[in-house]
Amino acid sequence: MAMWILGTLLEVVVLVGIYRTGVLRRYLFLSLYTLSSVAISIGRFRVLFHYGGVTSAEYRYFYFYSDALLTIALYFAVISLFFQVFEQMRVERYLRFAAVLLLAGTAWFSYAIVSQSSGRMLTHFAFELSQNLYFVGLALTYVLWGAIVKLRETRTQLIQIVLSLGIYFSAYAATYALANLAPGIYPYARFLLSAFGCLLPLSWAYAFWRVPVNARLVPARLLEVAQ
Amino acid sequence: MTIALMAVVILAASLAALLQFFGIYCRSLIASSVAQPLSPEIQEVTGITSGAAGPEDFPRVVQLLRLCPDFSNDRQQLSAIRIYFLLVKSARWTLASLLPDVRSWAETQLAQCAYFAAVALDHRVSSSRNALAAQTHDSR
Repeated sequence: MAMWILGTLLEVVVLVGIYRTGVLRRYLFLSLYTLSSVAISIGRFRVLFHYGGVTSAEYRYFYFYSDALLTIALYFAVISLFFQVFEQMRVERYLRFAAVLLLAGTAWFSYAIVSQSSGRMLTHFAFELSQNLYFVGLALTYVLWGAIVKLRETRTQLIQIVLSLGIYFSAYAATYALANLAPGIYPYARFLLSAFGCLLPLSWAYAFWRVPVNARLVPARLLEVAQ
Repeated sequence: MTIALMAVVILAASLAALLQFFGIYCRSLIASSVAQPLSPEIQEVTGITSGAAGPEDFPRVVQLLRLCPDFSNDRQQLSAIRIYFLLVKSARWTLASLLPDVRSWAETQLAQCAYFAAVALDHRVSSSRNALAAQTHDSR
């Protein structure tokens, strides 16, 4: 619970940091994701106290559906970072098309896998979609990092945001996959998820509050970091 | 069966990516500190001159950091670098005998971790000094 509250407070800190440094337009989708995460956390608190405990069916439904929505929001935030890295190449139209196609493909793939098992299909679909989207997000972040290195993108703030996203996506995808393999460990995995949930806003808070907007890494250092 | 197979593939790939992204993230934190010079008094206290830290300096500098009040809120970055230091150190112990290149790479990384910690110590000392000066000014 403490971790959860801490994560929500850190998200508020991130939002204030984005607003304070005047990069709201540049990181609009990131801000929207953070804002929806704060709103969903408040919603989860309400459902938790209204329906009594994390084991209640209402809370579980709310948790998994809202998580699937949040993952989609984060997916679009990652795509918006692609726009920033590729902004000089004028490929927004293709990127937008590819993003929608990839999202639809992931949803279809998750449905195809889940439809093989009949029980509680909709809930399982939300879980499977989240796991697969975290993994797709991880793959996209990997590609984004490759593009950053290849195009010598040296904005320190952007680099730290992308790398923390990579850590977050891989940690979440691994935890979801582990919980999928052994459902018995899910109660423990929930603690891990809360801890990872704090790490992303913590590193973003650092990036927005401590790293100057125009700070850049020396290109040689960027290559050294990537190796 | 398909769900389990997918989960195994995702788990393995995600853990490998987690390790790699964590390493790159830590190196990006280190890279932003490498260019920062150390103040003469930190050089004297730690025995590290600018750009010339050794792997063995890290534990000593971390102990000094524990003694210094944290006004600069760098705990998260330091924790990440400490985990990175332990990972690289264990890579040096396990892989260095098989791959000689790993040893020199690990030595460089460990030394850079020590330099990062020394820069953090420098920031903490100057933040503490500023906080003390502000307190003295307020009490007058």
